[in-house]
Amino acid sequence: MMVARELAGIKGVWWREFKVFWREKSRIVASIISPIMWLFLFGSGVGARYSVDGMAYRDFIYPGILSMTVIFGSVFFGLYIVWDRKIDVFKAVLVAPVSRTSIFIGKVLGGCTDVLLQVSVLFVFSFLFPSVNPRGIPFAFLFLFLGAIALVSLGLAIGALLKSLEGFQLISALVVFPLFFSSGALFPVDTNLPSWLKVAVSVNPLSYAVDGVRGALMGIHTHPLTLDLAVLSAFAIIMVLTGSVLFSRMKL
Amino acid sequence: MTKVVEAQGLSRSFGRIRAVQDFTVTIEREEIFGLLGPNGAGKTTTINMLITILPPTAGRASIAGFDIVRDARKVRSCVGIVFQDPTLDTVLTGRENLELHARLYGMKRPKYTKRIEELLELVNLHNRADDLVRTYSGGMRRRLELVRGLLHQPAVLFLDEPTLGLDPQTRARTWEYIRLMAKKEGTTVLLTTHYLEEAQQMCDRIAIMDEGKIMALDTPARLIDALGGIILVIEAPSLPEAELKELPFVKSINGGNGRWEIMLKDTYENLPYVIEKVKPINHLEIRRPSLNDVFLKLTGRRIRDDAMEDAGGWLEAAFRHEQRGR
Repeated sequence: MMVARELAGIKGVWWREFKVFWREKSRIVASIISPIMWLFLFGSGVGARYSVDGMAYRDFIYPGILSMTVIFGSVFFGLYIVWDRKIDVFKAVLVAPVSRTSIFIGKVLGGCTDVLLQVSVLFVFSFLFPSVNPRGIPFAFLFLFLGAIALVSLGLAIGALLKSLEGFQLISALVVFPLFFSSGALFPVDTNLPSWLKVAVSVNPLSYAVDGVRGALMGIHTHPLTLDLAVLSAFAIIMVLTGSVLFSRMKL
Repeated sequence: MTKVVEAQGLSRSFGRIRAVQDFTVTIEREEIFGLLGPNGAGKTTTINMLITILPPTAGRASIAGFDIVRDARKVRSCVGIVFQDPTLDTVLTGRENLELHARLYGMKRPKYTKRIEELLELVNLHNRADDLVRTYSGGMRRRLELVRGLLHQPAVLFLDEPTLGLDPQTRARTWEYIRLMAKKEGTTVLLTTHYLEEAQQMCDRIAIMDEGKIMALDTPARLIDALGGIILVIEAPSLPEAELKELPFVKSINGGNGRWEIMLKDTYENLPYVIEKVKPINHLEIRRPSLNDVFLKLTGRRIRDDAMEDAGGWLEAAFRHEQRGR
């Protein structure tokens, strides 16, 4: 009985997030335009001069841009609860007879759904990138899913701590951009990298997502894919636990 | 009669500030109970404790037999809440807001779709149910929140300042809906307000709160009767206050600056004596005491009463602000 109630609660929150996402068509379009510009404007521009081990640069960054979509989409989705709290939308949800953990899980699932739908649209364009092996898409999807779980949780955790939207820029500058730029999304991780950057890449859990996606889609990777999967899973579990604790302690 | 809300010595402090002290109240089934008091009297704090979002620092309370601390979850299932500030999801439609609520309260689908339809019709929102709440007026939003609060058939409906910020006409209609719904559903209602006249009409019983304490608790009629007598409103250039106060039938004198309210014991017979003492008189009114006078008597202060006074207060604040600027 109790479990059924919690599941209904999770489903309810998830359903709400999906409704809102689906309704804001302009936001969906905006969220897909940006990665497409990265791929075709940035990728083709840099690619005119530069290729990675014989692979077109635009193809090389395709897994990186998929990861980018997940990084930005997920963290900002989570941070959005600061706004929800400010305009009191959340209060009615938080006084319902459903545990905070369930509401948190519902939110995480909602965020993952939004982000993975965006990713799916990008997968539709994969035929434009000759180096992508379409059979690797399901495996790549798994990596991106784990990444989304971890990062929506991270966003919610930070959102639970923030009191106002003023911290938004700071989080973006100190968390989101460093996570993206040091993930190897835009450059190959090899011996040419300065050692400090190599350290940064190896401690960034998202490097393992980018590596895993690139491995799944193109067969090139720095680490064994099982290691990528293990690191990313551990990161996801830690973030879900941290996030749900902070979320449960959040003041109304 | 069954006791739906029982509070015994319920108290809450924030550091050294004692927001609510020794709140002891029993509310019967189907009763409409009002908490009255100025801003900061502790009304919202009391409600927050009863709906389990704020733990009390002392005392205890139960809702429908469930302890607000030990059985918080069960309490949550059997209370409906309309918060002071609107908490609707404006990017969802009215119906979707209700569906989300139904899911969070563990209601089953065929049952809740039917009930949503019925309640929406009751508050005249069925034609707008599939529009985004963003497009609703203030009064419509309040009605939707009212429906949401009652959707899961709670034992008690908490309404925190349900008509705050609405224009007088919408306020009157909102009260009508509250009365209608509470009656139809057989719900116990605990509401807070600082509109005394509306409380007087709506509530079966009233607790007047000030600075965290209950100053009086009774039916509106009895609270007013306890005061007794009549009130004489006099506008005059001057008033021999000390002399009047010595008259045995003068209970109290309030006011100044050319306008006074004199409370007289029981009947009209003594009126001429007062009028004799005050000359000349510019304007004279006689009225029965209201809850406002009860409040004034209990706390020595006035509570803000209606929109006019609200506007007056605003003007006054604006004026003071301007003065400071100079």
